[in-house]
Amino acid sequence: MSTFVLLTITGLGLGAMYFLIASGLSLIYGLMGVLNFAHGALLTVGAYAAWWMSTKIDGSAGVKLLAGALFGIAVGALVAALIELVLIRPLYRRPVEQVLVTVGLALVLNALVEAIWGFDARAFPVPTWMIDTTSVLGASIPNDRFVEIATAALVLGGLTAFLRWTRYGLIIRAGVENRAMVTALGIDVRRAFTLVFAIGGAAAALAGVLSGVYFGVVDPSRGTSLLIFAFIVVVIGGFGSIGGTAVSAVVVGLIQQYANYYASSGLGDLAVVLLLAIVLLLKPEGLSPKVAH
Amino acid sequence: MSVPEPLIRVDGLHVHLGESHVLQGVSFEVPEGGVTALLGRNGVGKTTTLRAMMGLVPRRGTVTLAGEELTRLRTHQIVRRGIGYVPEDREVFAGLTVDENLRLAERNGAARYELVYELFPELRERGGQRAGTLSGGQQQMVAIARALLNENPVLLVDEPTKGLAPLLVTEVAAALERAAELATVLLVEQNLGVVARVARQVVVLDGGRVVHTGSAADLLGDPERVRALLGVHGSGH
Repeated sequence: MSTFVLLTITGLGLGAMYFLIASGLSLIYGLMGVLNFAHGALLTVGAYAAWWMSTKIDGSAGVKLLAGALFGIAVGALVAALIELVLIRPLYRRPVEQVLVTVGLALVLNALVEAIWGFDARAFPVPTWMIDTTSVLGASIPNDRFVEIATAALVLGGLTAFLRWTRYGLIIRAGVENRAMVTALGIDVRRAFTLVFAIGGAAAALAGVLSGVYFGVVDPSRGTSLLIFAFIVVVIGGFGSIGGTAVSAVVVGLIQQYANYYASSGLGDLAVVLLLAIVLLLKPEGLSPKVAH
Repeated sequence: MSVPEPLIRVDGLHVHLGESHVLQGVSFEVPEGGVTALLGRNGVGKTTTLRAMMGLVPRRGTVTLAGEELTRLRTHQIVRRGIGYVPEDREVFAGLTVDENLRLAERNGAARYELVYELFPELRERGGQRAGTLSGGQQQMVAIARALLNENPVLLVDEPTKGLAPLLVTEVAAALERAAELATVLLVEQNLGVVARVARQVVVLDGGRVVHTGSAADLLGDPERVRALLGVHGSGH
């Protein structure tokens, strides 16, 4: 029982990270039709920005983590907004060029991080209380798992409220359904594009910070490896659906953990790909397609 | 006596969609006030003309509104010059509620909800219902209401009675008459009964070109011409 609880909470923690990366990816594709292969690089940039800031200030690990997280999120949002304004905006309606640019950008950003900070992983500031464990039904759960789950839940709630109750949220939800018709109502949908990119970048950077807490280190390849699973999460959840993305992220995180433990170590990734294949066969549009709520 | 300037002037409009040269130099004028109907057989470019005027498809040529060139503007800027658009097939946002569909269309904070609810009282009752769950007629009401919500001097309305039951056709025609009291309407419509009821002028397209312009009453009163231009009998309306 305690093993199952440990696996479940660890899977939820992993799912929380997948959700944070995938939510931006899903909204960006759902609204703009842009497959942003540089999204993983935003995670890496956010994580390194947070780590860099933590090395520049004095204080406890908690203070360093908080300051680093805020800085990392701001950098992630800013870089993402710049990517949209400078590189993506001139290429709307040119999907092949978009893919080439975002793939190229991912390579450039990762190379830049490696050039500045090297290939080696860097220790991330993690407060002691997060490394400590809490007993839940006999299982000793590292406290950082709760932080990751709570953060993702807060982001999910915040994004849902933003989409539901704000004018921009309304524009984004409508734009995911029918972008042309939104412009035909007199709305400059490009502002929403920049905003969604910035939100996606901020969420990816936050995922980078949490991955630093989860793994205890940041390294240049983290964004790329997590991006693969984020894409799977988005495809399963349905492009443009925050709710679908959240459900999908949890399912993928749990299946990975369960398969790795109960089947064979390393089978988790295969199980996720198998799940993707089943969803594509039975419901190719994903669990909750094309409606941003 | 000077001839009044037309409110809208379309000149030499060309649209290519893929390999197809859909509009081949469409030119016409829309006088201020009332309804001008854009008529023609299926596939002659009526909907494409409206979409080109809105900037929703790549086009060549000029469109002016009260002397201002619109073709240099993006779609949202054209709308903000005061052109409301009711697209073919309604294109309501299925995942949004009726209220949200209307709220999205609000501009400049002076939305005319009283007018909209006076014309379509059902929309007030169904405000919280998802637009995707409405009937075709109700969705059409939402589409027209979105365009009427703002003080647009011009409305482009594309086949508003398409696929509707006869009772709803009458209701939509009444709404168009009311709209025409408030704005200049350019209407694409296949139902000649509705055209006879609401339109003052007609512009007839064929093969991507304008082949006839004139008064609606004159055209519809001449069944031979209706048959020749539109391929339908004009006496049935």
